[in-house]
Amino acid sequence: MDPKAAALLGAGLAAIGAGLAALGVGNVFAAFLEGALRNPGAADSQQGRLFIGLAAAELLGLLAFVIAVLLIFN
Amino acid sequence: MAAEEGKVDPMKQFTIEPLLGSDWQLADGLGIAFTNSALWMALTAVLVWVFVAGGMKRELVPGRWQMAVETMTGFIDDLLEANVGPAGRKYVPYIFTLFMFILFGNLLGLVPVGLIPGVHAFTFTSHFTVTGVLAIMSFSIVLIVGFAKHGLHFFSLFWPANTPAFLAAPISLIELVSFMVRPFSLALRLFVAMMAGHVLLKVLASFVIAGGGAGLGLGVLVGVPSFILMVAISALEILVAGIQAYVFALLTSLYINDAENLH
Repeated sequence: MDPKAAALLGAGLAAIGAGLAALGVGNVFAAFLEGALRNPGAADSQQGRLFIGLAAAELLGLLAFVIAVLLIFN
Repeated sequence: MAAEEGKVDPMKQFTIEPLLGSDWQLADGLGIAFTNSALWMALTAVLVWVFVAGGMKRELVPGRWQMAVETMTGFIDDLLEANVGPAGRKYVPYIFTLFMFILFGNLLGLVPVGLIPGVHAFTFTSHFTVTGVLAIMSFSIVLIVGFAKHGLHFFSLFWPANTPAFLAAPISLIELVSFMVRPFSLALRLFVAMMAGHVLLKVLASFVIAGGGAGLGLGVLVGVPSFILMVAISALEILVAGIQAYVFALLTSLYINDAENLH
């Protein structure tokens, strides 16, 4: 296979990682909402943890994006 | 990769151009210049200064402006109180500066100053050099505070407490790697989040231009939905600008907590 074509295919495959990170971020917020609706009094105090979870989950999607950009522009 | 003729290059917005003194030579082959990145950083610093200075009136009944500034400082104060505890108060100036600088930088890059001919908006947080330096500053504070406060005992951060040695040994290796990766993940997160959003906006803009140029049919079919999506993504980008600044401040305060309150 042409190396350039292989790199572009790899960049396309990296989009799977971005999609999975979207699932992860959705999971974080879904779990937070589920808990927050059961106990709204405790919701505000847990917002910091919500964003820690968000940051951890979205980092992998951003890394997948970096890999894709590196594969396309190198 | 050069853009073909007549196409919008989504990466063009990230080019750094010297505005002043492209010929200021420090030494042979070592130059220094006032770039557009530096200009926008200076602009951000001035804006943050104006914003904070406007609210430093110390009136007993705060006006609107003072209230806005006090909400911001109170927000960072609460963040550090919750994550570091009473020892976190002394980091409020640093975290507040960091948060405001990143927030204003992110938001300034979204202001449509490109409508004025010859002016190009520039988001300095979409450059790894800038976010990297910010992350290195945060990481240095963690290292300096950790070693100054606990000495070599700071290395016990990697060793989980009350864990049998055969489990603690591999875990400490993982902890070491995750600790060393922190500055990179901190810088990468902000830089990639800002860059991805701006690339997306420019790609959609190129759809609008290409669709509009291809006639009425394609203009309505492609251009108009792309434009509506652009407006929605711009709103999302404002949200992302706030969240990324908050996450940067939050993670920095968490890392400082590790150094300040060693388990």
